Amino acid sequence: MSLGLTIAVPRGALLGETLDRLDALGLDTAEVRSNDRKLLFGDIGVVTMRPSDVPTYVEAGAADVGITGKDVLTEQSERDVYELLDLGYGRCVMVLATIDGPDPSAEALRRLGVMRVATKYYKTAGAYFEQTGRQAEIVEVKGSVELAPLTGLVEAIVDLTATGTTLRENNLVIREELFVSTARLIANPVSYKLKAAAIDAMLEKLRAP
Amino acid sequence: MKQIIDHSPVIHRIPSGTRDVLPDEMRELRCITEAVRGVFELDGYGEVWTPALEYETVLGRGGGPAPAYRVFDDHGEVLALRTDMTIPIARLVATRYPTAEPPLRFCYFAHAYRGVRPHRGQMREFLQAGIELVGSPAPQGTAEALTVLCHALSAAGLREYSIGLGDASLYRTLLRSFEIPDATGDRLVAALVGRDFVALEFELGRLDLDDGDAQLLLSVPQIRGGPEVLSAAKGPVADAVDGLRRVHDLLAPEVADRVIFDLGLVRDIGYYTGAVFEVYAPALGEPLGGGGRYDELLGRFGRELPAVGFALSIDRLHIALTGEEKGTPT
Repeated sequence: MSLGLTIAVPRGALLGETLDRLDALGLDTAEVRSNDRKLLFGDIGVVTMRPSDVPTYVEAGAADVGITGKDVLTEQSERDVYELLDLGYGRCVMVLATIDGPDPSAEALRRLGVMRVATKYYKTAGAYFEQTGRQAEIVEVKGSVELAPLTGLVEAIVDLTATGTTLRENNLVIREELFVSTARLIANPVSYKLKAAAIDAMLEKLRAP
Repeated sequence: MKQIIDHSPVIHRIPSGTRDVLPDEMRELRCITEAVRGVFELDGYGEVWTPALEYETVLGRGGGPAPAYRVFDDHGEVLALRTDMTIPIARLVATRYPTAEPPLRFCYFAHAYRGVRPHRGQMREFLQAGIELVGSPAPQGTAEALTVLCHALSAAGLREYSIGLGDASLYRTLLRSFEIPDATGDRLVAALVGRDFVALEFELGRLDLDDGDAQLLLSVPQIRGGPEVLSAAKGPVADAVDGLRRVHDLLAPEVADRVIFDLGLVRDIGYYTGAVFEVYAPALGEPLGGGGRYDELLGRFGRELPAVGFALSIDRLHIALTGEEKGTPT
């Protein structure tokens, strides 16, 4: 069975609960759970990908709807997609963190005029420091952001945290919270009009408690 | 064994968002523009050219998209590359046809320039085909523009497409009827323009509205579908919806069948005043074009006439036609 829609599903932390929700819509996602190599599940209209690729597929219309985190949508704010529903799960907080003790980013700002910040969320971080009136040099890293302040590469990081465990284990403390991120349902602008009935039916079932 | 091609390095670059068109593609594009031009001519729309460069102050008077490319001329005046053809034609009507008896009908095939993120179907320099119908009020003028639009798409060979029809002033009218202050209204409209219903719901939740009213303000922009959905729109939006129904009633069946009413349709260009529309094809993830009424724009140039028009992206139409040929979404 399928809903008559191509659904972009994020692999990774959001996968389990996303599939639970799709099960509740009547899709049989057993194969998606059991096979983590296969990417396209045509009979149920599911395609799986990295969360940060979901807006790309949905914007282009390669998928009609998709599920991804608000962190991804904030970073890719130029994507022309509908944001239809806050699904509530996958709760994380985007934070500014530094090494414990006296705040090294404040000292850098005061004495050097610029703080250096490592992040995977280049645009989100840049926009945040602009809005809060601070000069920051954003250093884009691809993984293990926590390493950057420990080695003296930067004074602070902007990253997503669910429990704060990784931060604590690396002697980092949260200084500021930027926003809360949860899983969102997004839709392609053309599909949203041409497949209105299917999308509204999906929305209604997802909204139901 | 695979052939390894030795590329010499490209040293003569072209600007981001521009591209060359070579003969094979050009022949296909010509087929489309000639078919569309035939329809425009037959329906009485005379083709015009206007300069690609205009004075920035003239473009600014129109309230269209902000120009992305500016230069100084030899007198130090600021010139800008046009961002659409609607504003140049509004200028043309006011200056070249100050006393001509309306309605006036013009069409164009012209490049426009915007500072967008370039991707297939949306370059920074892009070819538009469109019409402007000046001096013909709603609903007749709107119905004529929609009819020409459908004729043009069908003549180009497109089979599957729909026209989303909405009203640019509908949501503002609705907000005003609930006496929502303009500053708050701006935030709600920004959420709608950003296609962000989560933010819209959040902003509505912060207002001092009773649940039914908040639900109405959230649900009206999500209403879209055939004529049957209009019955759900009552109260303050009834006028705008009646206007759309009157347009629909004037359409021939083959045009009317293409229309999807869309009460959440907002176009991100400032000069639209009433009915607005967009063209959707299942073969493409973004609209092929769109248009609407701009009843106040001509007045800003000194000739107060109601007007309606649309522009089609020739590149996107080409992509959609190619997709239909292959039988798969592209």
